[in-house]
Amino acid sequence: MSLNIIVLAKQVPDTRNVGKDAMKADGTINRAALPAIFNPEDLNALEQALRLKDANPGSTVTLLTMGLPRAAEIIREAMYRGADTGIVLTDRALGGADTLATSYSLAQAVKKFGNYDIILGGRQAIDGDTAQVGPQIAEKLGIPQVTYAEEILDLKDGKVTVKRRIEGGVETVVAPLPCVVTVNGSAAECRPRNAKRVQKFKYAVSPSEKGNLAPELQALVDARPYLSLQEWSAAYVDADPAQIGLAGSPTKVKAIENVVFTAKESRTLTDDDTQIEDLIKELIVNHTIG
Amino acid sequence: MANFYNDNPVLKHHLTHPLMGKIVALKERDFSEADKYDYAPFNFDDAMDSYDKVLDIVGEITGNIIAPNAEDVDHQGPQVIDGHVKYADATSVNLDACRKAGLMGMAMPRRFGGLNFPITPYIMAADIVSRADAGFENLWGLQDCAETIYEFADEEQKKRFITRVCEGETMSMDLTEPDAGSDLQSVMLKATEQPDGTWRLNGVKRFITNGDSDIHLVLARSEDGTKDGRGLSMFIYDKRDGGVTVRRIENKMGIKGSPTCELVYRNAKAELCGSRKLGLIKYVMALMNGARLGIAAQSVGISEAAYREALSYARDRKQFGKAIIEFPAVYEILSVMKAKLEASRSLLYECSRFVDIYKIYDDIAKERPLTPEERKEAKYYSKFADACTPLVKGLGSEYANQNAYDAIQIHGGSGFMKDYACERIYRDARITSIYEGTTQLQVVAAIRHVTTGTYLNLIRTYEAQEIGHTYKPLRDELAKLTATYEECVKKVTEAKDPAYLDFMARRLVEMAGNIIMSHLLILDASRNAELFDASARVYFNLAQAEVTKHADFIGRFNPAETSIYKQA
Repeated sequence: MSLNIIVLAKQVPDTRNVGKDAMKADGTINRAALPAIFNPEDLNALEQALRLKDANPGSTVTLLTMGLPRAAEIIREAMYRGADTGIVLTDRALGGADTLATSYSLAQAVKKFGNYDIILGGRQAIDGDTAQVGPQIAEKLGIPQVTYAEEILDLKDGKVTVKRRIEGGVETVVAPLPCVVTVNGSAAECRPRNAKRVQKFKYAVSPSEKGNLAPELQALVDARPYLSLQEWSAAYVDADPAQIGLAGSPTKVKAIENVVFTAKESRTLTDDDTQIEDLIKELIVNHTIG
Repeated sequence: MANFYNDNPVLKHHLTHPLMGKIVALKERDFSEADKYDYAPFNFDDAMDSYDKVLDIVGEITGNIIAPNAEDVDHQGPQVIDGHVKYADATSVNLDACRKAGLMGMAMPRRFGGLNFPITPYIMAADIVSRADAGFENLWGLQDCAETIYEFADEEQKKRFITRVCEGETMSMDLTEPDAGSDLQSVMLKATEQPDGTWRLNGVKRFITNGDSDIHLVLARSEDGTKDGRGLSMFIYDKRDGGVTVRRIENKMGIKGSPTCELVYRNAKAELCGSRKLGLIKYVMALMNGARLGIAAQSVGISEAAYREALSYARDRKQFGKAIIEFPAVYEILSVMKAKLEASRSLLYECSRFVDIYKIYDDIAKERPLTPEERKEAKYYSKFADACTPLVKGLGSEYANQNAYDAIQIHGGSGFMKDYACERIYRDARITSIYEGTTQLQVVAAIRHVTTGTYLNLIRTYEAQEIGHTYKPLRDELAKLTATYEECVKKVTEAKDPAYLDFMARRLVEMAGNIIMSHLLILDASRNAELFDASARVYFNLAQAEVTKHADFIGRFNPAETSIYKQA
C-alpha cells in the first residue's frame, strides 16, 4: 500500500550549544549567533516516515514547514535523507505566530494538501519547547493523535500501531488513519544524508530562492521538475487573517528572563480532570502561569 | 554534533588544490554524464561542490557515530561463530551508516552504482574515517579492492561484483599465508580448474583483514608444479557460494575492531580475475599500490587523532599553576606533532593527485587511444605516483607512530592508563608501519627513485613553482639541503656496493622525503599562510636537522664498517 505521508518540521536556532551571545540584551534569542538547524525531534519523525516509505513502496514523504523562505534548507536536508519533496508555508502575515496561530496555519496547509494518510512530527521544537503544535493540528483537523511515539510498529488496514514512551515505561496503542503522530527524541536517530541524493537534490529550490541561482542552474531546475519545491502563502491555504500571525496569537510575551531550573520535587497526577484543574489553579495563584 | 570534515580547514585546502581542475575534467570526461545520471556534475564547480558535500556527510558520520563508537568496538571486538565473523555491535552500526549514506564504492564508475569520485576526495574520506576509528577504516577502505576488479576483470564480472560493492557489500584481499608474508611468491593456496571453467580453491590463508567479507580477491597457485610468482593467479571468491570458513580471529594489539582472520578453503568455488599467471606480478602490485595509499591515509588520520588528543589534554591539564601547553617542553612536542601531521598529509594528497591523473589516463586509454601528449603526461605522473606511494606510506606511518607515542607522553601518567583515547590510538598506530609492506619494504620500493633521480626531479619541479615572497628565504635554505642530499646519494651510489646501498637506503629515502615534504608545506603556506605558516617553518627546522644528521652519518661512514653491524 502506498502512503501519502506528511512530516511537519521546523527550522530552529541550535539552542543545544549556546555561547555567551545566544541571548540579546532584551532577552530574545540572538538568531544570528545560533546556526539554524533541523529541529532534532523532527528528524526522529522523518526517520519514522522514511521507514514507512521503505515498508510501503510507492509512498511519498512530503515535508511541510512554516517559517522564513530559508526554511527550504530543511526540506533539502530531508530530501538528502529520503524525503520526496516539501512545502514551505511562508508569508509575512504568518510572522509572530504562537502555537495556536501556527497550528491553525499548518492545519490549513494540510487541508490544502488534501489526501494524506498520516502526519508525523517531532514531539516539540527546541526553541519553544511547547509540544503543542502537533496535538493542536490534530484537534483542528479533527483526527486522532498519538504523542510521545517511539516507534511505529505496524501500519495496515487503516490502522497504525505505535509504541509510546510514557513515564515509567512504554505503551502500545492503535489509532485509526489518518492521524497525527508526534515522535519522541528517544526514537531511532534519523538516517544520514545519502551521497547520491545530496548530489541529485542539492539544487532543489523554492520559487523565492530560484531567483538567486545562476542562469544555468535556473535552467537545470526548469529541466528537472523534482528540483522545484513549493512555497505556499497564507492566502493560498485559505487562512483567515484574524487567526494567523501576531493577530491570531493570544500569547503575549510579558518578559523573558534567564532562569536556572531548580525544581527539587515532581508531582505525578492521574488523568483525573479535577486534579489537573487544581494544579492549574495553584499555578495561577502562585503566578507560575497566568 | 561533531563533524570531522568541516572542523578541519586543512582538508578543504587540499581538496581545492589547483591540479583538481585537470583531475575533475579528465575524470568526468568533460562532464559527459551530466545528462545520463541525475547525480553527475555538469561542470567543475558542481563536481567540487559535490565532493565537498559528500565529505561533509563523511565528517558527520565519523564525528557523530564512528568516533563515539570507537571505544566500544575496541573493547568488544569481533567474534567467530560457526566459522563466520560477527562484528562488534557498534561496527555493524558504523557499516550501516556508511551504507545508508552511500559511501561504498565511492571511486567506482556510475554505471556500476558508484559515485565516480577521483582518488583524492576518496582518500580524504579515508583520512577522516581513520581519525575516527582506524580499525573501521580497514572495513570501509577495503572497497579499494573493487578497483582491482574494475581494472582487470571482464565486463560481466565488473557488473556482477562492483554493483554489489557499491550497494554496501564488503571486500577482502586474501594474499598472506603462514609461509608467505612479505614474500608473496611463496603463496601455496591451490587453485584447480574445473571442466566448466570455474575453479576450486584449497588451502589456508592467514592474517586476512575482514576475512569473512562478501567478496574476496584471492591470490592462489593456478600453475601446478610452479614455485615462484609466475605461477600465481588472482581469483574472485563469492561468499554466497560458500567453501571458506574462518578458523580463528587473531588477538591483536590494535585495530581490534577489524577482524584479522585465518581462513580455510575447502574446495571453494572461485572464478578467475583477469589473465592466468599475472596474479602477483601485475594485479597484486596494482592492488598493493592502492592499499598502500589507503594505509598512508589511515596513518594521517591517526596522526590527526593523536595530535588532537594531545592538544586538548595539554590545554586542560594544569600543573605548577598553568596549563601544561604553556611550557616550552610541551608546546615544542605539539608543534612538531602538528608539523609531521601536516607534512605527511600534504604528501598524501600530492601523491593522490598523481595517482588520479595517471589512473584516469589508463582508464581513458580503454576508451580511445591517448594522444602522444597525454601518454607523456600519464607517464610523468605515473612515475611520481610510484615514487611517492612508498614514501608517504613509509614515512607517514612512522610519523603516525611517533605522534601516537608523543600523545601519550603529553598525557603523562594518565596516558598510560586505559582511560584516555591516546592508548587506543597508540595501539592502532603500530600496525601502519607493518602491514601492506613494512617501512623497510617501502624503502626497498623507494630507493630506486633515489638512485634514478625521480625524487630529485620532483624536487626540481617544486623549486620551479612560484611562491609568495615571504617563503623564498626558506626555500633557499631548502636548496642547500637538496645539495647535501645529492652529495650523499653520490657518495653511496658511487661505491657500487648493493649491500652498502641497502644499508644506507632508509637514510637516503628519509632525506628525500624530508625535503619533498618541506617543499610541499612551503607551497601550502604560500597558498594559505594562516593554516600552514607555522607547520612549514617547524617542519623545515626538523627536516634540516634530520637531513644534516643523516648527511653527517653518511659522510663519516666507512663502507667497510658495515660488517661490524652484521648480526648472526
